[in-house]
Amino acid sequence: MAYAYTPSLKAKRFTIVNKTRRLPLPGEVLVKQGDTVAHDQIVAKTQIPGEVRLMNVANMLGVEPEETSEYMQKKPNEFAEKGEAIAQRNSFFGLFKSYVRAPTSGTIELVSNVTGQVALREPNVAVEITAYIPGKVVQIIPREGVTIRTPAALVQGIFGVSGEAHAELKVVADSRDETLTAEKIDSSCKDRVLVGGALVTLEALTKAVQMGVRGIVVGGIEEEDLIKFLGHEIGVAITGHEDVGTTLIITEGFGKMRMSTGTFNLLKSFAGRKASINGATQIRAGVMRPEIIIALTDDEARGLNEEADEISGGMTPGTQIRVIRDPYFGAIGRVASLPVELETVQTESQVRVVEVELEDKRNVIVPRANVEIIEA
Amino acid sequence: MLSQRQTKKPEEFGLILATDVGSTTTKARLFMKKGGEYRFVSSGEAPTTVEAPYEDVTRGVRNAVREVEELTGLHLLREEGIIWPRTDKGDGVDLYVTTSSAGGGLQMMVAGVVKSMTAESAERAALGAGAIVMDVISVDDGRSQHEKIERIRTLRPDMILIAGGTDGGTITHVVETAELVAAAEPRARLGIGYELPIVYAGNKDARTAISKTLGQKYALKIVDNIRPVLELENPEPARNAIHELFMEHVMSHAPGYDRLMKWTDVPIMPTPAGEGLMFRTLAELRKVNVIGVGLGGATTNVYSIYDGKFVRTVSANLGMSYSVCNVLKEATIGNIMRWIPFDVRPALIRNRLRNKMIRPTTIPQTIEELIVEHAVAREALRLGFTHHKLLARGLVGVQRVLDITRIFDQQARAQAQVETYLDMLRIDMLAGTGGLLSHAPRRAQSALLLMDGFQPEGLTKLAQDSVFMMPHLGVLSTVHPQAALEIFEKDCLVRLGTCIAPKGVMENGNALSFRIEYQQSAVEGGVPFGSIKAVPLDAQTTAKLVLSPAKNLDIGAGHGHRLETTAEGGVVGLIFDCRGRPIQIPEDQPSRREKLLEWFQAMNAYPEAVYEHIKSGEGKEAN
Repeated sequence: MAYAYTPSLKAKRFTIVNKTRRLPLPGEVLVKQGDTVAHDQIVAKTQIPGEVRLMNVANMLGVEPEETSEYMQKKPNEFAEKGEAIAQRNSFFGLFKSYVRAPTSGTIELVSNVTGQVALREPNVAVEITAYIPGKVVQIIPREGVTIRTPAALVQGIFGVSGEAHAELKVVADSRDETLTAEKIDSSCKDRVLVGGALVTLEALTKAVQMGVRGIVVGGIEEEDLIKFLGHEIGVAITGHEDVGTTLIITEGFGKMRMSTGTFNLLKSFAGRKASINGATQIRAGVMRPEIIIALTDDEARGLNEEADEISGGMTPGTQIRVIRDPYFGAIGRVASLPVELETVQTESQVRVVEVELEDKRNVIVPRANVEIIEA
Repeated sequence: MLSQRQTKKPEEFGLILATDVGSTTTKARLFMKKGGEYRFVSSGEAPTTVEAPYEDVTRGVRNAVREVEELTGLHLLREEGIIWPRTDKGDGVDLYVTTSSAGGGLQMMVAGVVKSMTAESAERAALGAGAIVMDVISVDDGRSQHEKIERIRTLRPDMILIAGGTDGGTITHVVETAELVAAAEPRARLGIGYELPIVYAGNKDARTAISKTLGQKYALKIVDNIRPVLELENPEPARNAIHELFMEHVMSHAPGYDRLMKWTDVPIMPTPAGEGLMFRTLAELRKVNVIGVGLGGATTNVYSIYDGKFVRTVSANLGMSYSVCNVLKEATIGNIMRWIPFDVRPALIRNRLRNKMIRPTTIPQTIEELIVEHAVAREALRLGFTHHKLLARGLVGVQRVLDITRIFDQQARAQAQVETYLDMLRIDMLAGTGGLLSHAPRRAQSALLLMDGFQPEGLTKLAQDSVFMMPHLGVLSTVHPQAALEIFEKDCLVRLGTCIAPKGVMENGNALSFRIEYQQSAVEGGVPFGSIKAVPLDAQTTAKLVLSPAKNLDIGAGHGHRLETTAEGGVVGLIFDCRGRPIQIPEDQPSRREKLLEWFQAMNAYPEAVYEHIKSGEGKEAN
């Protein structure tokens, strides 16, 4: 596979972030192009149709389905208060009356003379979306949402859980090899996003939730600890909706994984700054990685060159890479050569390989599929 | 349907290019007419580019085709896409076809009236069309209406299939189902502006009411009833409608497909539909019962063609890359560990599998990593087949003729309705495809994976797709069947050999005595219970066999009965699998480890040095 390399995760000191904030259903956009917005400002809102109650009114009244409309007190599109009669049947010259009452307030949406069913829809539910990042509105998508732009530092994680948060970064590791333990979390961590080193323990996660930590960014986590923390096993990597009390972003992988130097140093240099973070991960179909965005002011951005954001053309000798699978998982190195011919690896598979000079000066052969380019 | 731009007749085609845009990898295969017959020439592969930052599948297709160009020296691409028809200078190809399962494939929701009847028929039809079935809603599925509505609202399918009722029967229930769907207001996965297609294949008398209920808001397509009478299942019209809508609605919304669709005049087919077509062709050509499996990165597709009945199932979240951790979740770590012959902590294996999940395009570099992937594959195959057997069963609701001795046996009657009709002793061939099987470094590994995952009984031919081209040939067969069949027989189907596995279990001792006669020579021997013995016999040779099982075991002629038959060889040969059915794996760790290594060695599945390495306890645990 000549072009088999994994595009790397971003760790950029300066880039332009464009965030599109989209409503789940068409609605109203509340800001104008050119507006400056805060991270918690509501930029669009809509109404989501409420829950639906289906009732078989014909059965309830003891009439034929095709007669249902005749007994309805409320017609389609009419509103009924909870407890109000929506259908009524008189028998014995009006002496006996039986009713079907609205189980909840709502609008009659369907009266079926085929089945006798009536659908009552509860009032719409308002949904609002915030800007998530501070910045300037650069695009309005009519009735759907907006795009917000800001100069920012951007770090992508490899996997995360729980959704969006916005808080100050606090580095709690002296080095990227450290384990983030419960002892390192105290009341000063409340409402902060903590940056750890190579591993976070289950006890640390639990304490973080107790102390009101908004998020944790760390190199790795033991898979078993993650399951205990979530209370369930993840089958497919689609996350972001977990309600676990804090957002967790891992930058390298599962197990004890030292955070890459670039990522660690970048986050450390922004200690004390506000960051927008999101743990949502979706590896399949529209890949989405967790992210840490630190918006920069125009003054800070001035004079900085945006780091190339185009898709890399591939590896060449000298390209810095990271190995992303055993036996050299996590090792950093530079491409020494790119043999054209397929080579046989220990499994006896013939694959395209790359010769890598690791940081410890060893030269090793690795399948090209098992390295990612470090773009920082 | 043939290309409108192509003026040549199919028999005049010299070069044919086919691609499959898979969930992880895009695979290009080039076929050429040589000396009057079509042969596979070259392949190229590249990561699929449906996802950000690319969001354009044609990039991956270009990259895969560029690799074919590099290997063959042919000029196949230009700025606008693949060059076809071929130019006067000889650039390009005469035909380009493609299949696709990228971006999650075709995801459908299915609704019927009775769970075990019309809903099950609808599910089979959707699966047969190559879809992933996200959920099956029925009147009697045990959920409240409120729960069903909530579920439909959160599903976000690409398409919905509604069935229910026999023609001329009551329309109430199926209209009720449609009203339920309408009330839930399902939204499509592909976002705002996408008109969700709904196929209605139920009672024809309900069509007017269904149109009234659903016709305004959805792209409704009405086709013939899937169960016009209880005794008949008629899936073809629904399947065809699903394929049509897949092209019109789903494909045209996926990133880059608008462009890819312009590169070919032949409709893009879902990968599993292409795969299924070739398995069906195989069964029909040879008039045999076949079980096929496509073990992919995201899904496991199982196909059975048994006494002419075709059933496909897809286990949407059982796969070897994106879904590897769902195999872990469903199979449990204990079941994966039972196939690993070295000492390693379960926690480490769990971490490794999670790391594969988050970096799904990586490949094993060491034998240990390969053995771990093979352990997961065995479980994915086992679970996929268990799922398949739930749907490969007779039509529920049909009156059955039961043996007089069983007619009053309530349990037997109930069982006859729920049990699979697949009798493993009557399966003639077991064939596999998909990246892991096709790219296994040794063919013996694929043979062993198929044997462990499916546990075939009696005599079963084993085969596999050589370099993963069954989907390609499936879509090619829709426009040029002759080319597809020639390539399939000569270059695609690798005969692994014949698995000879007595059914049943016994205490220790000789499980099977055999005599093999071929080319004026004969070999005799016995296989102890709990063992495997592989006897080399090439693919062109058919041997006469005399098989005598122990009294508790059945090789196809009854318990303890001798069987005289013939068997074909293959790249692995004749494999006498006397591990028992079900396979007896020792519970205690040292015995289990010893047995696994013995089986691997008997099959010559891994390099010899590995066994010594593992036996010496160097099967390491490192991170």
